[in-house]
Amino acid sequence: MAAHDNIEIRINSVHKSYKSTVALDAISFEVGKGELFGLIGPDGAGKSTLFRIMTSLLIPDAGTVNVCGLDTVKEYRSLRKIIGYMPGDFSLYPDLTVEENLQFFASIFNTTIAANYHLVEEIYVQLEPFKKRRASKLSGGMKQKLALCCALIHEPEVLFLDEPTTGVDAVSRDEFWDMLGRLIARDISIVVSTPYMDEASRCQRVALMDKGRILSINTPQAISKSYDQPLFAVRTGDMYILPTDLRRLSVCARAERFGEYVHLTLTRRIEAKAIAAELNSLGHSDIVVKPVDATVEDVFLDLIT
Amino acid sequence: MAASIKVNGLTKTFGDFTAVNAISFEVKQGEVFGFLGANGAGKTTAIKMLIGLSRPSSGDARVAGFDVYSQTESIKKHIGYMSQKFSLYNDLSPRQNIRFYGGVYGLSKGEIRSRMSEISSSLGLKKHMDKVVGDLPLGWKQRLAFAVAGIHEPDIIFLDEPTGGVDPVTRRQFWDMIYDAANRGVTVFVTTHYMDEAEYCDRISIMVDGEIKAMGTPGKLKEDFGVDSIDKVFLKLARM
Repeated sequence: MAAHDNIEIRINSVHKSYKSTVALDAISFEVGKGELFGLIGPDGAGKSTLFRIMTSLLIPDAGTVNVCGLDTVKEYRSLRKIIGYMPGDFSLYPDLTVEENLQFFASIFNTTIAANYHLVEEIYVQLEPFKKRRASKLSGGMKQKLALCCALIHEPEVLFLDEPTTGVDAVSRDEFWDMLGRLIARDISIVVSTPYMDEASRCQRVALMDKGRILSINTPQAISKSYDQPLFAVRTGDMYILPTDLRRLSVCARAERFGEYVHLTLTRRIEAKAIAAELNSLGHSDIVVKPVDATVEDVFLDLIT
Repeated sequence: MAASIKVNGLTKTFGDFTAVNAISFEVKQGEVFGFLGANGAGKTTAIKMLIGLSRPSSGDARVAGFDVYSQTESIKKHIGYMSQKFSLYNDLSPRQNIRFYGGVYGLSKGEIRSRMSEISSSLGLKKHMDKVVGDLPLGWKQRLAFAVAGIHEPDIIFLDEPTGGVDPVTRRQFWDMIYDAANRGVTVFVTTHYMDEAEYCDRISIMVDGEIKAMGTPGKLKEDFGVDSIDKVFLKLARM
């Protein structure tokens, strides 16, 4: 937390259960002012529940959450005026046009598009050609950009974005993260969740979540470095059977597909040559075995399985 | 091997807007073909023509040997389809969904029974067969939807963003299912925004503004564009 002297969000031992299902179990962390903080975890990890609690829409069973100095339970009225929230489900009015949606969100916060246009300008110029189009007719990337504009139009101090890039193509995702980078430069604090592990590296710090708990919380670089087992990238002529064959090796801790390679984690260090020889004896050809650095995704897979 | 999908100059226009502009390609039987492109590039419109839901404006295509103009009903019997948005009925249980889709595709009671036990054991769903699908975790839902899309043993399965929002563990289980299907000779036609998944395909095409701008094995495309990942190929193409 050294980089951030001013704490914007304090979450202290938050618990939440739905009947017998524990959604959040002793969640505690802090987010600094102007920090871009990521929540990474599978469906059902508790990310959306946590967002609802941080935005005062849900009351925790135990624990406290303080955002911008305001208690999310006692001071929710003041809090709601200074935060922006983009829920995971489509948050726009499908029957309103692009322009009408933005106008609507501006007016419920007692402001106008003109007053805060500077905040959304970079994004909104891309939407401008479609401003008369109904929100329901926008492509996935466009919808997300409009939803971000709507969450920003009242100049919030903190932005909560629940899976803003799900279903969005690689180019639009890249642009979306560039925009988040520019917002934190204006000292807006952002909490964002994503199922794309490659996006974790664009956060300043991330919390890896599973089954209502935080498994690890750190910078993406430190999380990647925390992987202390020998890791190799392996490729052969038969990628279909390769993971199964690797899992048969006595030294195999895990073998997972990673794009054009399979990442092989070993229980003890052996030479790449020895692995190649084993694969050769199993009938593989065109064998490539090389040591690689772990990614956040390697750590995540290791922690949750 | 025989062509499972054969497309030649396929075009779809809406008024003066050309959503799909003269695309041509072939997919072999048992191939995993990745159909990539940005949101709004025309992928879904193209898929709708291939599965017999939308009549092309011009061009030709044969899917599982059937013509997309005159034999759409035969196409529908020989393909499976799942999308992220719709495939299962959320307020029915897995058992009811399987029975429903089995019935729609004309399977006998005996066939439905055997497919039911296959699916429940291969997905480890035994305990959850009578819960409503809406309460299942997204990962299970998507794997079940894939199994249901293949319930009538189609020649080709079309998957439109099947892994959107799905966690890394389930995405890999999902791809194991895709590989198993391809290994049985089923052709898999898949769209995704996860670029690591593009690498799992035998071949991919990348659509930009209604046209196919690149096509080949992932290795070949990376070589052609002089980059080390499909992500970079994609970004380069989209920004050209």
